Amino acid sequence: MSLNYITPEFEIKRNYDRCISCRVCERQCANEAHIYDEDSKIMLADESKCVDCQRCVSLCPTHALKIVKNECAFRENANWQSDTIKEIYKQASSGGVLLSSMGNPKPLPVYWDKMLVNASQVTNPPIDPLREPMETKVFLGKKPSRPERNADGSLKTDLPPQLELSMPVMFSAMSYGSISYNAHESLARAAAELGIYYNTGEGGLHEDFYAYGPNTIVQVASGRFGVHEGYLSAGAAIEIKMGQGAKPGIGGHLPGTKIVGDVSRTRMIPEGSDAISPAPHHDIYSIEDLRQLVYSLKEATQYKKPVIVKVAAVHNIAAIASGIARSGADIIAIDGFRGGTGAAPTRIRDNVGIPIELALAAVDQRLRDEGIRNDVSLVVGGSIRCASDVVKAIALGADACYVATAALLALGCHLCRTCQTGKCNWGIATQRPELVKRLNPNIGRERLVNLMTAWKHEIKELMGGMGINSIETLRGNRLMLRGINMTEKELEILGISHAGE
Amino acid sequence: MKRIFVDEKWCLGCRLCEYNCAYSNSGVVGMSKALKGKKIYPRIRVEEKGDTTFAVSCRHCEDPMCSKSCIAGAITKKDGIVRVDQEKCVGCLTCVLVCPYGAIAPGENGTAQKCELCIGNSNSSGEPACVGGCPNKAIVFEER
Repeated sequence: MSLNYITPEFEIKRNYDRCISCRVCERQCANEAHIYDEDSKIMLADESKCVDCQRCVSLCPTHALKIVKNECAFRENANWQSDTIKEIYKQASSGGVLLSSMGNPKPLPVYWDKMLVNASQVTNPPIDPLREPMETKVFLGKKPSRPERNADGSLKTDLPPQLELSMPVMFSAMSYGSISYNAHESLARAAAELGIYYNTGEGGLHEDFYAYGPNTIVQVASGRFGVHEGYLSAGAAIEIKMGQGAKPGIGGHLPGTKIVGDVSRTRMIPEGSDAISPAPHHDIYSIEDLRQLVYSLKEATQYKKPVIVKVAAVHNIAAIASGIARSGADIIAIDGFRGGTGAAPTRIRDNVGIPIELALAAVDQRLRDEGIRNDVSLVVGGSIRCASDVVKAIALGADACYVATAALLALGCHLCRTCQTGKCNWGIATQRPELVKRLNPNIGRERLVNLMTAWKHEIKELMGGMGINSIETLRGNRLMLRGINMTEKELEILGISHAGE
Repeated sequence: MKRIFVDEKWCLGCRLCEYNCAYSNSGVVGMSKALKGKKIYPRIRVEEKGDTTFAVSCRHCEDPMCSKSCIAGAITKKDGIVRVDQEKCVGCLTCVLVCPYGAIAPGENGTAQKCELCIGNSNSSGEPACVGGCPNKAIVFEER
């Protein structure tokens, strides 16, 4: 290989007045960016290997480290920005498709930040959640549109299967394989403690986690990895994954290097073989085909479990969702273009799909217009970052939200976006045993429970401010939202008024 | 009585415990000032073999062999803590030989030193420094 044109992206700044050469940074860096020089007894660095995951920064006992953006810059050019230039160098040297991880980092509009929440003043009282009861419980599944009565006049109460959530948030799909055993254990235990659900993703369910089945959503995706009768019955609900926000229209590829030991057994594929999920489900080419799978899964589980259909937010999402609602699915999950991933082609991640806010508003409206909104619950994901995003999503019409990136951040992820390398220094997106053990699920569970508990408090505060004491009353209550810095068209799609109106 | 326990399942072998121990027992404020350019003599040590790492420190035995074997009468057990009187220790290191856990080692001046649960040290924070500084809760301080 000739000259490498790519300059290191980051600079490791070490304060030598503070550094005591304890070598923690060296031991903790799976990328081997830190080097101890025996002769001079000082720490050196190979910055070309640094991914800015900040593991060394967090563990340095004397706070001697700082990772900063490398100041070495190409001549400024608004059209040819440095990332673009570097990507060209990379492809010119490798000849390959660019890969990246986690959500779309491009500066595209975040509509959550352009929506403001209402509060009560004078004419209607706000509610203090610390003094008065406040309900955040939601049920996901088909609901009757009107009360129905039996012949003797008593109310019919035999509802289709429902998922009961203590708060309108769930952990979205991340497969065992893409994330570690300890990450899964943290999510499973936290979901059980919080009274919410986590999702297996397409990797099957590790035998140790069957115990958390009542809080597990089991996924059936295009590769059908790890799917068998026991798996379907183990979960509280079954999710058919048609698409993912980070990479709509393409499948998945877990490299053979990650298919080791338990991952191989759980996925039911040989060790070392690449796990390739096709882009389509080869048995689903229409809504009618989807209906067959929905009912096959219901049949296999005696109609006791709700079936979720997950799709990426794409251009025709309202029509697609309408079709899904008619396919017999109980819940539709929509994943926006900012959703995370363990690996996706960069071009797809950064350019395909639409914002979840617009997709949600369009879908909710379409289902209402068609009179089928109560036939399904709506779950949205794709970068729900905080409690106010949850509240805005509910007000736009969602029944609940899926979060994954926020959950990983709670576990230690620093969004260095190099999951695809399998060298996660935080023990999350890796299968290397010495790295996996860095995530102690006792700590992970606690941090996830803390995060969700904090969000729940904030959701209650926001609801209380609006004078609303039940999250169900907020759902689809778009009068509680106002837009700012938006065009007429954007406001029209979101179905909200501009601030001041 | 609370004691230090280590779970090898979560020990990462990062050796922060060794440095936190050395700092806690240095009596100096500021870790860089205390340890920069110095060889450390920690009272907890990470043992490593293959993929297994495990921090070892004094168990504060019921009937401590080190105390029995000490020719100078420097090692005594009081309030559940086994301590070495640095004034009395003559540095014969018999205790090092008899300790079944390898938890005693000579310090900088050649006398024996060991973990004395550094709760009262000026730069400790209410729990032994190795416990507070362990990034993965592999070292815990609890009643068992």
